[in-house]
Amino acid sequence: MQFLRNTVDKLKKPFLKGGKLERYEKGFQAIETFLFVPNHTTKHGAHVRDGIDLKRTMMIVVIALVPALLFGMYNIGYQHFSQVEGSDLSLIHLFGYGFWKVLPSIIVSYAVGLGIEFAFAIWRNHDVNEGYLVSGLLIPMIMPIDLPLWMLAISVVFAVVIGKEVFGGTGMNIFNPALLARAFAFFSYPNFMSGDKVWVSDAMTTDGMSGATVLGSLAQNITPSYSTMDMFLGLIPGSVGETSKLAIIIGALILIATGIGSWKIMLSGVIGAVVTVFAFNAVGLNELMNFSWYNHLMVGGFAFAIVFMATDPVSAAQTERGKWMYGFLVGFFTIMIRIFNPAYPEGAMLAILLMNAVAPTIDYYVVNSNIVKRKKRMKTNPLKTA
Amino acid sequence: MSKDIRIPKGLDIKLKGTAEKILSDLPRSEVYTIFPTDFHGITPKLLVKIGDKVQAGDALFFSKTNERVKFASPVSGTILDILRGEKRRILEIRISADAKDSFREFGAKDPLKMSSDEVKSHVSETGCFPYFIQRPYEIIVDPNDTPKAIFISSFSTAPLAAHDAYALSGQELAFQTGINVLTKLTSGKVHISVCGTDNSFFDKLDNVEIYRVFGKHPAGNVGVQINQIDPINKGERVWTIKPQDVALIGRLFNTGKYDATRVFALAGSEVNKPQYYKAIQGAQLGKLLTTQVKNTNSRFISGDVLTGKKIEKESSLGFYTNLISVIPEGNYYTFFGWMPFTQNQKLSLSRTFFNFLMPHKEYNLDTNLNGEERALVITGEMEQVFPMDIFPMQLLKAALAGDIDKMENLGIYEVAPEDFGLIDFSNTSKLEAQEIIREALDIMIKEVG
Repeated sequence: MQFLRNTVDKLKKPFLKGGKLERYEKGFQAIETFLFVPNHTTKHGAHVRDGIDLKRTMMIVVIALVPALLFGMYNIGYQHFSQVEGSDLSLIHLFGYGFWKVLPSIIVSYAVGLGIEFAFAIWRNHDVNEGYLVSGLLIPMIMPIDLPLWMLAISVVFAVVIGKEVFGGTGMNIFNPALLARAFAFFSYPNFMSGDKVWVSDAMTTDGMSGATVLGSLAQNITPSYSTMDMFLGLIPGSVGETSKLAIIIGALILIATGIGSWKIMLSGVIGAVVTVFAFNAVGLNELMNFSWYNHLMVGGFAFAIVFMATDPVSAAQTERGKWMYGFLVGFFTIMIRIFNPAYPEGAMLAILLMNAVAPTIDYYVVNSNIVKRKKRMKTNPLKTA
Repeated sequence: MSKDIRIPKGLDIKLKGTAEKILSDLPRSEVYTIFPTDFHGITPKLLVKIGDKVQAGDALFFSKTNERVKFASPVSGTILDILRGEKRRILEIRISADAKDSFREFGAKDPLKMSSDEVKSHVSETGCFPYFIQRPYEIIVDPNDTPKAIFISSFSTAPLAAHDAYALSGQELAFQTGINVLTKLTSGKVHISVCGTDNSFFDKLDNVEIYRVFGKHPAGNVGVQINQIDPINKGERVWTIKPQDVALIGRLFNTGKYDATRVFALAGSEVNKPQYYKAIQGAQLGKLLTTQVKNTNSRFISGDVLTGKKIEKESSLGFYTNLISVIPEGNYYTFFGWMPFTQNQKLSLSRTFFNFLMPHKEYNLDTNLNGEERALVITGEMEQVFPMDIFPMQLLKAALAGDIDKMENLGIYEVAPEDFGLIDFSNTSKLEAQEIIREALDIMIKEVG
């Protein structure tokens, strides 16, 4: 490693203060600190520091996403060949088909997003934040597979510039950037983002087949033909990452075990959704209302969203008590939107974006209760009244 | 009769090199040094000049804002040098020590037979007020105040901390006298908290409320205990004092002599033989540290590794110091050091290292920052190590914004920088929480007073 270190040190010189490329220092630094955790020592405060940093945190989330991503690639192939071409192929073949379908969108997402992050870091002279390592992978995983790459690129630009940088960059954004990208695409290019034909690769150019998702069928009051096991394993049409509940649960366990994702948000989200489904089951006017609670958890993007999107610490509630409330309401609104608004068969995206906007208010009331307690204590303090 | 207090949150950082319970005398130094920089916010007004003869207990200087806060000479000798920094700020007062100390005679006194005012002026006259630290603001007290209570934490849970009961063995009587002095300084009670799992002479003290405290660090921090026992409200003042300084005041009343001898632990992974030493405040440490520490790439810390101050190898024993920690410097690069589940020699509050499976492992931590400073992204981690009824992240944000009303509402009066030591340690964004709180407290002193 010493050789690599020496090479980096040599390359670094023009980027240092007074060097020719001084302006691009932050960009070089981002790459350098990616290769090597720097030799910075503590200058103020505590002399020893926790081994964790934001890079490690974000990598944990990326690792947690990998099972869902790999299964998603396989499922793209599986859906395509079982519904469009109707041939029976080996696992490797199906995975290979999906891999080559998904890879370009991952590359485009990272290239465009990180490009903007680097540009802003150099322009505003701040460090490149690691947040986009996760957003960049999330975005292709929540889009339909056949979304043209240029649409994906524009959505990424919107999410990073309008969703993040205008608020001051990572840590300051109000909305989850990945969901913002999806919402932008959803409202700008509805033909490519919703309907029966977008969720299976090449279904749009094929006549006479239905690639409808489970929620899509339900919204039209048709009982879906997939079994609960299919939904659990993920052998259903949908966006890349959302279909396999098994893979998502593995990811959730990684996030919870490492302490990176908030189990409070995940658990309260599931409780919120289940309670709401029970309420609608009692009414039971149509297929969606009659759909059982465990099936509701299995379909659509809810599971993926509650594990990977609702737990984004920046846009979620930041107080521990607030997280319970925030998660519960995400679950509640997801089901509400599913059932009452058939134009949006999946409610998780809108539910989380809505709750992102409400989260600061939840925090405000949680923090305020502490303030009220402190003021009350001052008033009832015996020394003051004596 | 003691009450139990349980602190549910926190983190014990187990480091290699805890001091063994062996006590040696440090040989008498030629020069003793007082650092006015040990006293936050104090501008010294000198009472001596170079060449003056002083006795142990003679005042060297007083606070510009309050002449009742006097600072005494720890030894007898001649003023050797007064070192000044920028804007003629006094950095060091060096005293060339006599071979044997001659003490200024203050006369033995029984505090219980004195009035409050008499005790107060005696404490002021003998230069003992600097040992009292006021909350809010974590500064030396104003002798004209009468605090609502005085708090002592008789133990520390910080990494490598010195064991106070051991350091005070043989000082039991002096300690009780010291407690008696404190009872005369407050309108309320004197509270002492003892380590719940430890038995010592602290359990048998009179004239004091005793609390048994259980829990991980920062359970031993006096601020955490105050928050549990009797939280500070706006406008109130409480005083805190360290156990060794209580004994010093006790000795002063018992014998009439200002005896600044203290016991300190020399600990840390870089120390050959970690143990306790007895020395007088301001003693030179150069010889001891040179023989005990071989690694030239080490950091010397006066205090514990979370809240202490970096010192040079040739430095002297600080005014309040009862621990010198020595750990390796961390000025190295780590190839792909951020890769999850690698670098298992590092400690983390998160479970992104496999060593979370080994909760009793002792670590050899260095001063590497383990990453770069970032915007605040992760939530909920500060709360895990902050056992007060306060929202730490919200308070830090208010402090960063300099929002006085908000800080007041969120409990700035109850905290001191040391309470944020573990937040410094554990937060992913490498935020300098202690520094932010210190600056915020200084703003509050200026704006609210």
